[in-house]
Amino acid sequence: MRQILKMVLVLTVLGLVSGLILSLVSNYATPIINENNREAIKEAVFYVLPNTEDYEVKTIEGKEVYVTRDSEGQVNGYGFTASGSGYQGTIELMVGVKPDFKEIQGIQILESSETPGLGGKIRGDNFKNQFRDKDASSGVSLVKSAPTEPGEIEAITGATISSQAVVDIINKGLEHVKNLMEAGGG
Amino acid sequence: MLTDFIKGIWKENPVFVQVLGMCPTLAVTTSLINGLSMGLATTFVLVASGLAISALRKVIPDQVRIASFMIIIASFVTVVKLLFEAHIPTISTQLGPYLPLIVTNCIILGRQEAFASKEPVSRSLMDALGMGLGFAFALVVLGSVRELFYQGTIADVEILGSWYKSMIIMVQPAGAFISLSILVALFKKISSRG
Repeated sequence: MRQILKMVLVLTVLGLVSGLILSLVSNYATPIINENNREAIKEAVFYVLPNTEDYEVKTIEGKEVYVTRDSEGQVNGYGFTASGSGYQGTIELMVGVKPDFKEIQGIQILESSETPGLGGKIRGDNFKNQFRDKDASSGVSLVKSAPTEPGEIEAITGATISSQAVVDIINKGLEHVKNLMEAGGG
Repeated sequence: MLTDFIKGIWKENPVFVQVLGMCPTLAVTTSLINGLSMGLATTFVLVASGLAISALRKVIPDQVRIASFMIIIASFVTVVKLLFEAHIPTISTQLGPYLPLIVTNCIILGRQEAFASKEPVSRSLMDALGMGLGFAFALVVLGSVRELFYQGTIADVEILGSWYKSMIIMVQPAGAFISLSILVALFKKISSRG
């Protein structure tokens, strides 16, 4: 009986002390972590919408849209995050688009665990810069050779699945946010 | 005391001799900096939990020792994870799930069972430091080798010139296995001589 009591006591005290320490550390770290995340989003917004002076966050049906303004205070675009499955794990992107949703301004990869050297090249400038000022009036599409039509993106050699995933995520995100903005009074 | 420290780095090196902790060893050593951060994070957890468990070794009843060890280890791992996310977010992203997975690193539970739960605090500290730094040393060597052959750099400093064509396999799992086995063989060769 005494042995059982001791076991219960030791585990309870350990649990309590551990909980105390963790809540202290978490109280300290959580604000900094949130700040880091906001900073990362901010950097990505400015990257995908180059002429941005400032932006505000607009939440429609739980989706955050970053409405950006240029130096004259005109709305020059919308930024939003979009994610989907890649070849390995989730790919998360920041997409910047003109207010009429007809032209992509740029994209940035926020998260991806694609194979380094192959799918990992979606992080590279060669791939990302293809989306600069890209016509997207009917979405973007993937081709395996040099693009000839507007809205075409050339796939990375050896990483068609990853390239296709990015294109699909963008198209789905564009559609989704466009509907939200139209419905939610953009 | 000193032998407690040295054995972890050399004679009983957790990676090269005991071949423990293979999951983080293979997964995160794509560069020197990743290997180093993982090694130091693990060292911190080893030392902190080693100290706590050694100090509490007479209080913790035998029947619930593993449960108690796990509470202590998991708490320290969570502390490390939160601090990494707060202060070095880029490295924390690079290490991904392997940072919280230090909990399951068998070196840590192994040292508690084999050493800290039986020995006084001072010896346990030496043992944990030795094992931790031995682990970090192995990860740094492996990380440097893989980074060098992948992109010709070590810690982002160019070693091989721009003529070097990157070996993609070195950052993939196959490259990890190949480099690790060559390093273990080399280690064996060097240590058997002395």
